[in-house]
Amino acid sequence: MVRLPYSTALTTLFSYGLLFAFGQLRDLFRKIIDWFKSSSEDLKGYAPICLGLEDFYTRRLYLRIQDCFCRPIASAPDAWFDVVERYSEDSNKTLHRTSKTSKCLNLGSYNYLGFAAADEYCTPRVIESLKKYSPSTCSIRVDGGTTDLHTELEELVARFVGKPAAVTFGMGYATNSSIIPALIGKGGLIISDSLNHNSIVNGARGSGAAIRVFQHNNVAHLEKVLREQIAEGQPRTHRPWKKIIIIVEGIYSMEGELCPLAEVIAVCKKYKAYIYLDEAHSIGAVGKSGKGVCELLGVDPADVDIMMGTFTKSFGSCGGYIAASKEVVQYLKDTCPAHVYATSMSPPAVQQVISSLKVILGEDGSSRGSQKLAQIRENSNFFRCELKKMGFEVLGDNDSPIMPIMLYNPAKIPAFSRECLKQNVAVVMVAFPASPLLLARTRICISAAHSREDLLKGLEVISKVGDLVGIKYFPTEPPKHETKVYKVE
Amino acid sequence: MASAVVNIATAALDWVAVAFDAPFAGAVVFGVHINGHLVAEVLLIAVLLFQLTRKSYKPPKKPLTEKEIDDLCEEWVPEPLHPPITKEMKVEPPTIESAAGPHTIIEGKEVVNFASANYLGLIGNENIIDSCVASLEKYGVGSCSSRVFYGTTNDHIDCETRIAKFMSTPDSILYSYGISAIFSVIPAFCKKGDIIVADEGVHWGVQNGLHLSRSTVVYFKHNDMASLESTLEKLTNKKAEKVRRYIVVEALYQNSGQIAPLNSIVRLKEKYHFRVILEESHSFGVLGNTGRGLTEHYGIPIEKIDIITAGMGNALATDGGFCTGSGRVVDHQRLNGSGYVFSASLPPYLANAAIAAVNYLEDNPSVLTVLRRNISLVWEGLSDVPGLTMASDPLSPIVILKLKNSTGSLKSDLELLNKIVERVLVEDSILIVSTKRSVLDKCRLPVGIRLFVSAGHNESDIKKVSESLRRVACENWPDIA
Repeated sequence: MVRLPYSTALTTLFSYGLLFAFGQLRDLFRKIIDWFKSSSEDLKGYAPICLGLEDFYTRRLYLRIQDCFCRPIASAPDAWFDVVERYSEDSNKTLHRTSKTSKCLNLGSYNYLGFAAADEYCTPRVIESLKKYSPSTCSIRVDGGTTDLHTELEELVARFVGKPAAVTFGMGYATNSSIIPALIGKGGLIISDSLNHNSIVNGARGSGAAIRVFQHNNVAHLEKVLREQIAEGQPRTHRPWKKIIIIVEGIYSMEGELCPLAEVIAVCKKYKAYIYLDEAHSIGAVGKSGKGVCELLGVDPADVDIMMGTFTKSFGSCGGYIAASKEVVQYLKDTCPAHVYATSMSPPAVQQVISSLKVILGEDGSSRGSQKLAQIRENSNFFRCELKKMGFEVLGDNDSPIMPIMLYNPAKIPAFSRECLKQNVAVVMVAFPASPLLLARTRICISAAHSREDLLKGLEVISKVGDLVGIKYFPTEPPKHETKVYKVE
Repeated sequence: MASAVVNIATAALDWVAVAFDAPFAGAVVFGVHINGHLVAEVLLIAVLLFQLTRKSYKPPKKPLTEKEIDDLCEEWVPEPLHPPITKEMKVEPPTIESAAGPHTIIEGKEVVNFASANYLGLIGNENIIDSCVASLEKYGVGSCSSRVFYGTTNDHIDCETRIAKFMSTPDSILYSYGISAIFSVIPAFCKKGDIIVADEGVHWGVQNGLHLSRSTVVYFKHNDMASLESTLEKLTNKKAEKVRRYIVVEALYQNSGQIAPLNSIVRLKEKYHFRVILEESHSFGVLGNTGRGLTEHYGIPIEKIDIITAGMGNALATDGGFCTGSGRVVDHQRLNGSGYVFSASLPPYLANAAIAAVNYLEDNPSVLTVLRRNISLVWEGLSDVPGLTMASDPLSPIVILKLKNSTGSLKSDLELLNKIVERVLVEDSILIVSTKRSVLDKCRLPVGIRLFVSAGHNESDIKKVSESLRRVACENWPDIA
């Protein structure tokens, strides 16, 4: 949980107030200048495409720090990559690429197991499948878009996750947005965690069911909401709910926290609700053999009704999957719009997932998979520990490869980002709208491809820049004299 | 004891008499003498104050006790997660074992493939595959990040510039999945209180976008300009200053194969001050002399259409989608398009394939002539099949045949069509498909058999499919043939 120091809250509010005031002043001048210039005939009679305050944030706040986002890269997002340098002639309104690049340490990409760049086992097989099947099937799954690769992938995913059957889709976001409406409709209830991802929120809204929110990771509140809702029934008519689905995520991407899955499942079983687990960030990244939060927290996959995940993060590909019982998967294949209306997943991407799954399971004949898994666990725990010792406010649980460091003040966002880039470390800033307005942060994603030297360099740079910018909110631990040996079981 | 009470009573009575007989306690109201009116008024006010301080009666609200909540939770029985599995749900589509080009392999046999929207025949094109291989070796498969973080490669920006140059617009924005382009664009621009007029035959992606935008949506009859005009007429009485109004149409409807008459739509839009959102997934790279879509087909300048979206999974033989329009439109989506911000970016090799495909299309516009010739050959061959009639536009590469006489329900129609389609595959090795509808789809247009014609098909393929369909239809309806 975030513990916001009082003085920091005041200064953050003051900064945003100042930015807002300046923005309004500039808008006023813009209105005056535009009033003198006549508006073009084309737009007469039309309401402006973005009204008033809707894009105020974009125009007045985001454009000032635009160079910290959308940085183009010129090589694969491996542990070190080339960031393209950009310049601007009109104070960040438009940015132009140059042909110069600088090699930076990558602490921002979701490359948990190091499959992002060309891999010795995966890439030759992917190229072979590209030559055989072409980049796309141009067809929907139910027409002529199901290749034998897709069938093989679905069986492999089901076996990996521990469920009877699975179905795959071409995009993780579309998976959530179209599965939730297929599972529940009007008359049903969705109870979702307050910090769930935008795709889940969109899917829940698109379904037409009633939505209730419970406090993040607070199982007692979840139980309270459940009891109230079952007792009250549907609003106004008080008919009993048709079904209740509880949606949680394995690792929350902006907090790095794990969800208390065992307790949530106990509550669901007691009240006969269904549980939907979104493992976008945890599949392949946590757990002894990479099988996700179920393995890490000792939960039986058969207790979770629907398991969803994506292939973008740990497997270096694209797309999403749903794993559940055979009947549910058959029903989803018949109803889910992303299966019935959208182009099937690109065959080389399917082959990439198949190959990377085989490496993780050890079926490629080497132990690279278990090495990668051990490496990422060791890296994450070491990095988090060191950051905490330096006095940063780091969120997230142990074993999670995502580490947000709190910044709070809006001015620290571009300061931290630009200073780190000067010293060849590429980090990711999370500001509004991806996080609440006052809780800006920088998010570190650790990969199995990072070596110990890379991590030490990263720590050194972050510590220097942290001192410069002033984000060490907690007291530093004095350095211990004996070196600690980190045990990995 | 009794005398004390009598004394107190007489004293009280004396006080009352004084009050009554005091000079100011007498009043003349409407010619009537009232003595002691002050006392009466004081008493009245006292009674009023007393009543006001009483609490009004509400029936007592008893909250449920913990035991009662426990009982309710015990009694509640949820519905199962999925409805009973019918035999239609158990049917698996055919698994193809090679590239989905004009000829593909199913279960070891070579099959003529009319089920893939490979309009320009780019599946299997050597140039595209070579550029993809180079990209795979450089970038790997996935981009592992969102566009806002480090998921933007030079290839993405080049692809956006290339598409904008091809369409002669200022800029374009790339999405990582075809269907997500339209359902991210609509909620980015349409909010609660806005008015959208949409065709009733739009596909699920558009319907989902319309639902998520929470605007007022009014549907007009499929491709009927008179219905559109009357709907627009009814909606023009609101103030235009704050309410945004949009018309949402598809250029080539994938549910019916009809082409939208863009010239009438533009005329109506200018008359009633609406903006147009045009979904060009199946017309980009197909319609127009050089494949630039519906605007070129009708000779309308592209600035008149406010927002154009398209999926690249059809003519361009790659994956993903794009949206193009004025600079303001595209810039707004870079922070507000949910499929752009909250999702990983398109794999770089697919962006490369898109650039190569657009280059190919620009260098070889003759491929469109081949496609058009193939479509007209298909029309010639299938125009007199017994029991089925052509339901799509003669220029559309999606050829749809629907039943001449419907059996009464969508479900039984679909069963009959599936039987025909299966026989064509099993007996003549030709893959054609029926229009599948999901339960969540609001579209109520009739179902039919679909053929996707490609520039890669040759004359013998088209002859085969016409003969096969005619034969199977004759056997199915022997009395009509």
